[in-house]
Amino acid sequence: MLSLIGYIGRTIRTFLQHVSGFFWLFGQTLSWIFLKPYRLRLKPIFQQMEFIGFNSIPIVCFVSLFFGLTLAMLTSYQLEKVGSELLVGGLVGVAFTRELGPLLTSLVISARVGAAITAELGTMKVGEEIDALDTMALEPVRFLIAPRLIAIVLMLPLLVILSNIMGILGGYIIGFTNLHMNTGFYFRMTFDAMVLKDIYTGLFKSVFFAFIIGMVGSYQGFIVRGGAEGVGRATTTSVVTSIELVIIVDAFLNAVFYFI
Amino acid sequence: MNTIEVRNLIKRYQDRAVLDGINLSIKKGETFVIMGGSGCGKSTLLRHLIGSEKPDNGEIFINEKNITAMPQKELDELRKKIGILYQSGALLNSLTVGENIALPLVEHTKLAPDIIEIIIKMKLELVGLTGFENLKPAELSGGMKKRVGLARAIAMDPEIVFYDEPGAGLDPVVTGVIDKLIKDLSQKLNITSIVVTHEMTSAFRIADRMAMLYNGKVVQVGTPSEIKNSANPIVQQFITGSPDGPIPLRRSGDEYLKILSG
Repeated sequence: MLSLIGYIGRTIRTFLQHVSGFFWLFGQTLSWIFLKPYRLRLKPIFQQMEFIGFNSIPIVCFVSLFFGLTLAMLTSYQLEKVGSELLVGGLVGVAFTRELGPLLTSLVISARVGAAITAELGTMKVGEEIDALDTMALEPVRFLIAPRLIAIVLMLPLLVILSNIMGILGGYIIGFTNLHMNTGFYFRMTFDAMVLKDIYTGLFKSVFFAFIIGMVGSYQGFIVRGGAEGVGRATTTSVVTSIELVIIVDAFLNAVFYFI
Repeated sequence: MNTIEVRNLIKRYQDRAVLDGINLSIKKGETFVIMGGSGCGKSTLLRHLIGSEKPDNGEIFINEKNITAMPQKELDELRKKIGILYQSGALLNSLTVGENIALPLVEHTKLAPDIIEIIIKMKLELVGLTGFENLKPAELSGGMKKRVGLARAIAMDPEIVFYDEPGAGLDPVVTGVIDKLIKDLSQKLNITSIVVTHEMTSAFRIADRMAMLYNGKVVQVGTPSEIKNSANPIVQQFITGSPDGPIPLRRSGDEYLKILSG
């Protein structure tokens, strides 16, 4: 019994240490980005934007297009029963801009980019590179985390826009082939159903998700211990934590937007 | 004047004292070797000397300034006068050899790019790797990485250079080359060198003075010949590498008894 209490106590303590460590690192990163942006180097920011944004275009397009197709098929199959299959366009449009675009993109990016950030920084940690930067009086947060966070916060919303477009396109393919709706009509049905708030709600959420993925990935990379095995473990933890946090924060933000 | 002065340094992890009251003084311009077996605390001592870790007790003075009670900004200023060669070289793999060496210069000085270019060439020449500036660290052998690491460590013309196991994982000839570099650099540039190692051949080859660490304590400090002729059985066992002697194979016999008897 006592050992159980001890175990719970230790778990809570470790958890709180991680939370405080995470927010300390987050604060450090924000202070570099907002208080001393002139000391950041541009080249790594662009390199990261290319890696995080540009190179993620294929996977985001692929996943969104097929999800759009599936969603349209699934809903038209049900809506046919009440003879309202013409509403498919609006449904796909609203669902993607408001929810599925940001969520799908963030999950894909958690796996692709969050994992890469942790693995790269973790390997640097294990190889003493981060210590070397620190002892050369070159701040690792400024050098390594700030460019990544800036890049992901700028690129994720753009990827979400792309995801929205591809999702709607997927819906259109079903509307055009299966439901025999002509192009102009399908898109009019889609855009009539959507309001501007749907789009910016989704983009607003994706900014939160970008902070989560970037910071969780960096934090996990910076606390790696114990060689290659440690890097592997941290990478798994990073992806799992990012996905969980994205979904939790998504639900929370949905609740907030629902009531305002 | 002592460049580095360590006073009663104590560091505990959980209940075990890894550093148990270390006292050391290292003179300007000398090559000082810190030796000891694995787990004796020598790496921990090094991390304290470069300010990466804070002690539980005691002080470290570098150039008569206490680095254990120093604000980050001042510590960063001091670190510009210190070079460190890490065990693995610790080069940034995303940058070329030249960019690695240039990094501290670009960040900390206002030198023009063509001057930095010349400095890179000079430093690479010093470590015998002229013409390697456009390679990536992944394309180098272990010994070359260490030499580039050394070139980066001396890029800012430091007063003090720390070496963490400079011979680890290298063949005897490359170890000899690195040892000679260490010796040359301290003579040519009058650098104070602190070398942490457990390899006795290189330790005796480069040291002006050496300190033997055991169980978090300094057992003996002296010149290589004083250490060689030491009467201390721990020192003797360590330099001859004999399995019999006061240094136990296991950390604790009591624990073994406990495990056996349940």
